[in-house]
Amino acid sequence: MKSIEELMAIKEKMQNKVSLRNSAGDDVRVVVGMATCGIAAGARPVLNAFVEGVSEAGLSDRVMVTQTGCIGICQYEPVVEIYEKDKEKVTYVKMNADKAKEVIERHLKGGKPIAEYTIGAATK
Amino acid sequence: MEEFSLYVLDIVMNSVRAGAENIDVTLDDRAGLLTFTVKDDGCGMTKDQLERLTDPFFTTRKTRGVGLGVPFLKMLAEQTGGDVDVSSVAVSDSPESHGTTLVATFHSDHIDFIPMGDIKDTFVTLIQGNPGVNFTFVHIKDGGEVRLSCRELRSVLGDDVPLSNAEVLAWIRGYLAEAYDEIK
Repeated sequence: MKSIEELMAIKEKMQNKVSLRNSAGDDVRVVVGMATCGIAAGARPVLNAFVEGVSEAGLSDRVMVTQTGCIGICQYEPVVEIYEKDKEKVTYVKMNADKAKEVIERHLKGGKPIAEYTIGAATK
Repeated sequence: MEEFSLYVLDIVMNSVRAGAENIDVTLDDRAGLLTFTVKDDGCGMTKDQLERLTDPFFTTRKTRGVGLGVPFLKMLAEQTGGDVDVSSVAVSDSPESHGTTLVATFHSDHIDFIPMGDIKDTFVTLIQGNPGVNFTFVHIKDGGEVRLSCRELRSVLGDDVPLSNAEVLAWIRGYLAEAYDEIK
């Protein structure tokens, strides 16, 4: 059974990490649209794939996964926007959990956006 | 939407966007009757907004001209013989005590009711995106009750470790999985 002791152990572990760095995960922001349109189109598993994948890939120190409301392009949901310092925003459309894993691997880890999943490719 | 848990996510996000600090979500799912209640202390709605709440072509947002969340929920409730009732006090009318309460009822044994889906995922998603909100989730079933309070979790974790931390979320997911297994 999950216990409060386990939660306290997580707290201690995280406090040690926090003392090593002052700001967490603000170099890259992964923003998932979570309005009615996004949720209906499958944004929840996409968000969870990013949350778990970023942690498993050891990227939590520089990548923050957040939610937002309607981005305004409902026909392309689930939509994921990636903001990186000094780089142009990348908008991924019609996402799913598998594509999210690929984006973590190739874009967030590898540094190369996946052109075929972007809004530019979808509107061609 | 194909799962009821997605409706829950969508409706509770309205409370988040209303700036609520405390959101109580209750699912009372016993003997074929499901009552879904969301009570928040957000900015509330004016009488005019409340009257137009179930109009799919009414929304307060600027990005698009439709607001489908509540109309979808009402349609689902009505097709199972249930209903949706919303009461609200706008912050402009009562700066001290404002917020919205939504109560939706469904006959969950009705042929037109949809599967519950992964409600654990909905709770975890809400916490991940809104770690500062005091959510209380209660799901009552014939076999017992699952309860999760973000305020209680925060009292253990303190201010330095947010509830959106991946390891904390994994703990919450595991806790909920075990709690649901117990009341199966």
